[in-house]
Amino acid sequence: MSDRKAKDLRPVVNESGIPIQPVYTAADVEATGGLSMLGLPGEYPFTRGIHPLMYRKRPWTMRQYAGFGNPHETNKRFHFLIANGQTGLNVAFDLPTQCGLDSDDPLAEGEVGRVGMAVDSLRDVEIAFDGIDLEQITVSLTINGSAAILIAMYLAMAEKRGYDLKQLRGTAQNDILKEYVGRGTWIFPVEPSVKLVGDTIEYCAQEAPRYTPVSVCGYHIRESGATPVQEIAYAFCIAKAYADEALKRGLHIDEFAGRLSYNLNIFGNIFEQVCKFRAARGLWAKIMKEEYGAAQPESMWLRMIAGGGGGGLTFEQPELNIVRGAYYALISALSGTQTMALCSYDEAYTIPTEYSARVSLRTMQLLIEEMGLCDTVDPLAGSYYVETLTNQMRDEISTVMAEVDTRGGIVKLISEGVIQAEVSAQAYRMQRAIEAGTFPKVGVNCYRVEEDDKPVEFHPYDEDDARLQIASLAEVRNSRDGSAVEACLGRLRADARAGHNVMPALMEAVKAYATVGEMTRALVDVYGRYREPIRF
Amino acid sequence: MERRIRVLLAKPGLDGHDQGAKVVVRALMDAGFEVIYTGLRQTPEAVANAALEEGVDVIGLSSMAGSHLPFCRKLRVLLEQHGLTDRLWLVGGNIPKQDHEALRALGVGGIFATGSKLDDIVTFIKANLS
Repeated sequence: MSDRKAKDLRPVVNESGIPIQPVYTAADVEATGGLSMLGLPGEYPFTRGIHPLMYRKRPWTMRQYAGFGNPHETNKRFHFLIANGQTGLNVAFDLPTQCGLDSDDPLAEGEVGRVGMAVDSLRDVEIAFDGIDLEQITVSLTINGSAAILIAMYLAMAEKRGYDLKQLRGTAQNDILKEYVGRGTWIFPVEPSVKLVGDTIEYCAQEAPRYTPVSVCGYHIRESGATPVQEIAYAFCIAKAYADEALKRGLHIDEFAGRLSYNLNIFGNIFEQVCKFRAARGLWAKIMKEEYGAAQPESMWLRMIAGGGGGGLTFEQPELNIVRGAYYALISALSGTQTMALCSYDEAYTIPTEYSARVSLRTMQLLIEEMGLCDTVDPLAGSYYVETLTNQMRDEISTVMAEVDTRGGIVKLISEGVIQAEVSAQAYRMQRAIEAGTFPKVGVNCYRVEEDDKPVEFHPYDEDDARLQIASLAEVRNSRDGSAVEACLGRLRADARAGHNVMPALMEAVKAYATVGEMTRALVDVYGRYREPIRF
Repeated sequence: MERRIRVLLAKPGLDGHDQGAKVVVRALMDAGFEVIYTGLRQTPEAVANAALEEGVDVIGLSSMAGSHLPFCRKLRVLLEQHGLTDRLWLVGGNIPKQDHEALRALGVGGIFATGSKLDDIVTFIKANLS
C-alpha cells in the first residue's frame, strides 16, 4: 500500500486513546521499548503469565456470580453450579447485607434477597455453604462495606466445620475505595474504611495466611465509565493505598502482598484488553519489586479474576450477549487470568436463570475443551501489534498513576469526588458517542431490529423469601445469649475507638451470633457514616 | 428571563449503580435545566422533602436493582401528602415492561428504561412542561 493511500484511511484510536496503525513491524516493538519487559511465563516481570505452564497445567477457575433470596435458595443454586462443573463460587449478597443493614431494618424493606443472598448472622453463612467442600471449591465473597464482618463470618463458619484457618483459601472483594467511584455500597467515611481494609489484611496475614482478604477492582471503575488504561491505573493506585496501610501495621510486604488479588473487566476491543492485562502484569511486578522491595515472586504476581463484561452487554437483542460473552471469555483466556466469570446474556435485565448461567459456564468450558485455549501459554506473545500495544498501554498506565500522585493521591481524589466526576464525564461522552453513532454498538446504533417482547425470562422476586429471612432473624435473636452479644458489641466499639484491629472483636461477635446490622451500628458509633460528595 | 426547568434526580433505595443517573444529570444540565442530584440511598421521605424544598418541576428516579415498585408506592403517598402530585414524575433504569402499567397507575408520567436516548428524555420533559 502506498503512503498516500494509508493516509486516506479512517484514523483508529482505541478507547484508551492510543492510535492504531494499519500494520505493525518489529520496528514498532523496538520504538516502544522492545521486549525488555517480556520474559518467560512464570518469571519476572510475569508479563506472559504468573505461572510457567499456566492452563497447560490447570485451566482457569470458573466462578459465576450467584446468590439470591435467602441462604437456602442460594445454597441450592451453588449445588446446581457445582454439579455443572463450576470450580469456584462467587457469592452475591443482597443490598441490605452489603450496606450493613439487618433484614428487618425499615431501610431494607423491599430489598431483602432481591439482588443477592440475605445474611444477617453466622447462621445464614452456615446454611449457604452447607454441604460444600471448602477445600475443593474456593469461595469468593462479593462484599465491601461490610466485608470485615462477612470475612469474620466466613472464617468462623469454616472453623466451626473443622477447617484449619492456616490452610483455608478463599477471597473477599473488600475493595472499599472503588465503591466510592462505582457500585456504591459504602458505609463508613473513607479514612476508617481504609483502616478496616488494613485490619483484614493484617488479621488474615496472621491467622488465615492463604486467604485473599482483598480483590482490588478495576472492574467497577471501568463499568462506571473509565477507559481500560484508567481502570488499571486507578486500581493500582488503590492497591498501593491498601499496601501502604498494611505496611503501617509493621507487616513486611512479603507477608501480605502475595494474598492481594485483582478483579478486572473484559469488555471492549479484544487486543486492547489483552494488552491491558499483559501490560498490567509486568507493571505490577515492577512496582512491587522496585517500589515496595518485595522479594517473593508471589508478592509480585498480579493474580486476577478477569471476567464479567456487563458494561459491554446490551438491552437490545439480548441473544447477541451470548456471542459477546464468548468473545469476552476469549479475551480473558488470552490474558492469562486465574479465574473467569461471565455476565449472562439476560443480565442486563435480571438475575440469570439456571439456563443462562449454564450457557455462560458452557461458554468457558468450550474454550477449554474445544478451542485449544489451554494448549500453550500466552499464545499472542511475539505479535508485533500485541507487543507494541502492551508496551504502550504500560506506559500510559504509568502516566495516569503519576498524575494521580501529582494531584494528591488516590485517597484524596476519591474523598473529594474528583475521580467520580471524571469517570462519569467519560460515561456521558461515551453515551453521547453511542447515541450519535460514532461509537458503534451492534443492535443499539446499527443493525437494529424491531423488538416487541424480549426473549428473557425474569427472575421472580419472592416476598416470601424475605418474610422467611426476617422470621429466621427473629429466631436467632431469641435463641442466642443476649448479654454475651452486648458484651461483644461493647468490645467491638472499644477496640474501634482505641484504633485497635477490630477483627478479633468481630470474630468473637459473629460467633455469639451478633447480626450484620448490630456490628455495623457499633462501628458507625465510632467511625460515623460516609457523606457522598456531589460533584459534576 | 424565563424560569429554568428544575429537576430533582434521585437514587432510591440501596442500589449503588449511579452511572446512568449521573449521565442523565449531565444531559439535563446540558439542556439548560437546573438539576438537583441527591446522590445514593434516598428514602421516599427524603425524595419527597427534597422535591418540596427545592420547588422542582420534575421528580426523576433512577433504579437499577429492582425495588422501584415498592419505593414508588411509598413515594406516591408522600407526594399526595405534600401536594406534589402535579409534578412530572419520571422513572428510569432497569424497569421491566411488566411493571410499566403499575407505575403509570401510581402517577409516573414517563418511563425511560435502559436503552432510552438522552435527547428523548429532554424532549419529553420540555413537551410535558410547556
